[in-house]
Amino acid sequence: MGDKRPRSFYFLALFFAAYVLFLYGPMFAIYILSFQGPDGGLTFPMNGVSLVWFDRVFTGGGIVNIGAAFKRSLELGAVVMVLTVLLSVSAGMAFRRSFRGATVLFYVAIASLIMPSIITSLGIGLEFRLLDDFVNGLGVEGWTTGMGLFTSGLGAHMTWTLPFGLLIMFAIFNRFDGRLEEAARDLGATPWQTFRYVVLPIILPSVVGIGLFGFTLSWDELARSSQAIGSVNTLPLELQGLTTTVTKPDIYALGTLTSAVSFLVIFTALIVILLLQARQRRHGSDAGKGMV
Amino acid sequence: MTQDRKSLAAWLQAAPMMLVFAIFFLLPLVFVVIVSAWDYNEYEMLPAFSLRGYTDTFEGCIADLPELCTILKTYLKTLELCVLTWVLTLLIGFTVAYFLAFHVRSKTWQIVLTLICTIPFWTSNVIRMIAWIPLLGRNGLVNKGLMGMGLIRQPLEWLLFSEFSVVLALVHLFTFFMVVPIFNSMIRIDKRLIEAAYDAGASGWQTLANIVIPLAKPGIVIGSIFVITIVMGDFVTVGVMGGQQIASAGKIIETRLNALQFPAAAANAVILLGITILIISSLTRIVDIRKEL
Repeated sequence: MGDKRPRSFYFLALFFAAYVLFLYGPMFAIYILSFQGPDGGLTFPMNGVSLVWFDRVFTGGGIVNIGAAFKRSLELGAVVMVLTVLLSVSAGMAFRRSFRGATVLFYVAIASLIMPSIITSLGIGLEFRLLDDFVNGLGVEGWTTGMGLFTSGLGAHMTWTLPFGLLIMFAIFNRFDGRLEEAARDLGATPWQTFRYVVLPIILPSVVGIGLFGFTLSWDELARSSQAIGSVNTLPLELQGLTTTVTKPDIYALGTLTSAVSFLVIFTALIVILLLQARQRRHGSDAGKGMV
Repeated sequence: MTQDRKSLAAWLQAAPMMLVFAIFFLLPLVFVVIVSAWDYNEYEMLPAFSLRGYTDTFEGCIADLPELCTILKTYLKTLELCVLTWVLTLLIGFTVAYFLAFHVRSKTWQIVLTLICTIPFWTSNVIRMIAWIPLLGRNGLVNKGLMGMGLIRQPLEWLLFSEFSVVLALVHLFTFFMVVPIFNSMIRIDKRLIEAAYDAGASGWQTLANIVIPLAKPGIVIGSIFVITIVMGDFVTVGVMGGQQIASAGKIIETRLNALQFPAAAANAVILLGITILIISSLTRIVDIRKEL
């Protein structure tokens, strides 16, 4: 291959740039419009610049209980993130050996990933409805519903985040040098020590990546939550509800805030990943070679 | 003996994930199938065998012939959206993946550009949908621009809350699902194969058709499965971008649910599931997914 770029390169680079513009352009339009002046509408031009619409989101003027939904989504996202990391790493380790049901678990995870969300959501909703009927049938005092943010809602989100976590673990261990563990074992490390001091430090940057997927996918999840969350709403559900009623830029302000949280999490995760990788290189191990 | 213990340990490590899928995925699917064969009245489901959910769904399908009944029309519409989105995401996704895999030479740039494509995936779908409103609305940028140039006199009404905006949003949201697996397949293609093709006198298009596309086929199939299953079951994008006016397979289920007709919703879910499985199984005939990870 010569150094001169072929003509197709310039055409494809242009195509890629157009794609990136297509991806980001509309998003930036609403970020800008969320600073619309008090008399401004849903579209350009900007009618002055203000923070009026952010203020309306925070004080609840026009939009009910957005703060509560915001908090609920943050909490749920955090729990989903932690559980996704723990369960994915654990199962990922398991898949390096053969165990009963490995193939089944793999296909179930894939099925859960590509199952139309409305079906999963409907199923979980039905399950908890039937559970309620069953418990009420037993005559338990004070039982209202088992459905809730951290029961059915949490489960619904996990059906979406766990397959991603598992696939990332597969990608990690496809490139992982098993001899490192053997060496640790030969030196007398227990399985836990091998994991804690050899495997975990090497895979840590990718594990942060799993956490990133866990939080952001939950933070933005909508379709699977729709029937499985009970009486309270998460932020995306509130946002979807607003699309049909709101005619003012406060929905953009809310969108900007939501995205700000996403971006904060994304960049924090990326920085942590870079720092961890730099640390690995500094310590002179060859571990970094195996990373994604 | 130790082999058994090791395998038990592995099984225990995988057990929590299995448990989550059992409780929140497999069992719910079983309930969907069971409830789809229950009876119902105006406000609750009745645990007695009845195929009313199904018969109500296909109401008029025979009586109205040769006119198509609602459910068939809806499925045809959904398939139409599906095919349009699939073709567009495939063309765009393939081109983007090709550029990233074959034209970006430094590893760092490859990672940076891939991240740029991934970041929107980590942000909210709803926001990415409403982001089209200021551009495509009656007073949006596109209409103003076209009127300013004197190309149109009236604002175009079909830009927003139409099939056009639904497909546009679907492509916008889900091309990512094509880019990643196709890129993943392409990056594994031995570059020497391509050089050999050039040396043997193949043109760029011939190399593409005879080497790159066949070797990228697994990625293409996996991406297609993602996009097709998402669009088949979608009700959020169709709802928001269609102004709640366009029917789709997923939307029927949502409507039934809002009417508290759970068995009817479940029956529709079973039908949707059947069609989705049919599509996937015909696609997986072409490629073994597990080998590709």
